[in-house]
Amino acid sequence: MNDPIISINGLNKTYQGGFQALTRVDLTIQRGEIFALLGPNGAGKTTLISVVCGLVNPTEGHVLVDGFDNVRNYRQARERIGLVPQELTNEAFETVWNTVSFSRGLFGKAPNPSHIEKVLKSLALWDKRNNRLITLSGGMKRRVLIAKALSHEPRILFLDEPTAGVDVELRREMWEVVRQLRDNGVTIILTTHYIEEAEEMADRIGVINRGELVLVEEKAALMSKLGSKQLTLNLHSPLTELPASLQRFELSLAAEGYELIYTYDGSKEEEGYGISELLTTLEREGITFKDLHTRQSSLEDIFVDLVNPKEYP
Amino acid sequence: MNLYPIRAIYMAEMARTRRTLLQSVVSPVISTSLYFVVFGAAIGSRISEVNGVSYGAFIVPGLIMLMLLNQSVSNASFAIFFPKFSGSIYELLSAPISHLEIVLGYVGASASKSILLGLIILATSNLFVPLEVAHPFWMLTFLVLTAFTFSLLGFIIGIWADGFDRLQLVPLLVITPLTFLGGSFYSIDMLPPFWQIVTLANPVVYLVSGFRWSFYGVSDVSLAASVGMIILFLAVCLATISWIFRTGYRLKP
Repeated sequence: MNDPIISINGLNKTYQGGFQALTRVDLTIQRGEIFALLGPNGAGKTTLISVVCGLVNPTEGHVLVDGFDNVRNYRQARERIGLVPQELTNEAFETVWNTVSFSRGLFGKAPNPSHIEKVLKSLALWDKRNNRLITLSGGMKRRVLIAKALSHEPRILFLDEPTAGVDVELRREMWEVVRQLRDNGVTIILTTHYIEEAEEMADRIGVINRGELVLVEEKAALMSKLGSKQLTLNLHSPLTELPASLQRFELSLAAEGYELIYTYDGSKEEEGYGISELLTTLEREGITFKDLHTRQSSLEDIFVDLVNPKEYP
Repeated sequence: MNLYPIRAIYMAEMARTRRTLLQSVVSPVISTSLYFVVFGAAIGSRISEVNGVSYGAFIVPGLIMLMLLNQSVSNASFAIFFPKFSGSIYELLSAPISHLEIVLGYVGASASKSILLGLIILATSNLFVPLEVAHPFWMLTFLVLTAFTFSLLGFIIGIWADGFDRLQLVPLLVITPLTFLGGSFYSIDMLPPFWQIVTLANPVVYLVSGFRWSFYGVSDVSLAASVGMIILFLAVCLATISWIFRTGYRLKP
């Protein structure tokens, strides 16, 4: 699949105070995919989205949206984009219907009550259409923001932390809404803290930290990394080097030779390098251990390693 | 130019006016009427005619100008400040609309509201004093130009302000004093000679004078000076707004 809908090239952003929020970001979003941007607080997720949507001026670099430069051809670029911001911001005293209709007009589209009706129904807001926003719950307000972003029929939807502060049930509902949108051909870029959300939703995952995009990968490829496990054996006596018979297991030594680390997945078992073979070989070599433990790395570990390599060696 | 976004902003702003009818329409009408009672009837009855016009009628153009300036500035400044304050401005900035369309929507709505108020106050003042409008075309021209120009100024203040206190700062500390000292309640002939010269530095003098001329055919400064001044104001405000949007000042980091 190579049909880019957004191309971000060499994006740098330094704020007035000198804080560099983005450093040489290059990223391509494919048409029709769900892309999750993961990163800790202050990593640059919102700045990146804001530059694409025209809320923040980049210091360097450019962004193409469906082939249109988002500065020079801002009309064509922006009319393709819907943005759901992180903060619940809205006109407190407006009704749901009016605020969503306003957004459609603001994005230059002729009034279309049947489209607004469809959007409100799909987000379970139809019954609330005449309610003022101030009377709605947080979850409902979040849906109103999504409805506003969808009012002008965008091809790309940015969701900045869509499920922050949303309960589990509503989060599941949101995911369902996002899937439906994707099925209708909308490209979705979401930022999140929740790894679970990225795992659940995304086709591809990008990790951003301190303004740098440190990884962009298919979720499936990341998940295969997730499938790997690690067995650590605490030896009675330290090893200085590995016997030849153990070479095929691709082991590593740690803690000055007191720890033997074996990384494996399902395929190693099939190839005859599984745990049972390893343990038999160790016994044959007379290597004894006093304890063992296994752990499975999660996307969370990969994430933490990527964003905090020093603290988590 | 796309008319839909202009219409959306304009209608949303007018809807806000309807929602806050008491504050946005009734309250300025009442406060202006109070000026009539105090200055026009109570004190004014002891003042002889000014330039051949009864004092009660003389202050009508000045009072309308006073209200027009204050309302235009506060309408437009609040209209753009509030989305900035609440964060909902993200939608405006990410929409596929030009700067001109944004300004036409907000400033157009603010000016419409002020013009409407001006006409309501004109009708109200007719209940207190007999009115005549010598040059209706010029009266409307001054009304419309002043409403637009000061709505533009309000728009600039709304973008510049980073808190509610600053939002009030310019109207309270600049606009109100300039209006009170701009000949709303007196003719500048009534000032000592020195202050007659100083007061010419006050731009509001030209607006009030031109507007009053459209009613009674008498003015403190020439019509050309009044028209020139308001066009100069308009040009300065337009240039400032154009600079704001070009640089993203206080809008886009």
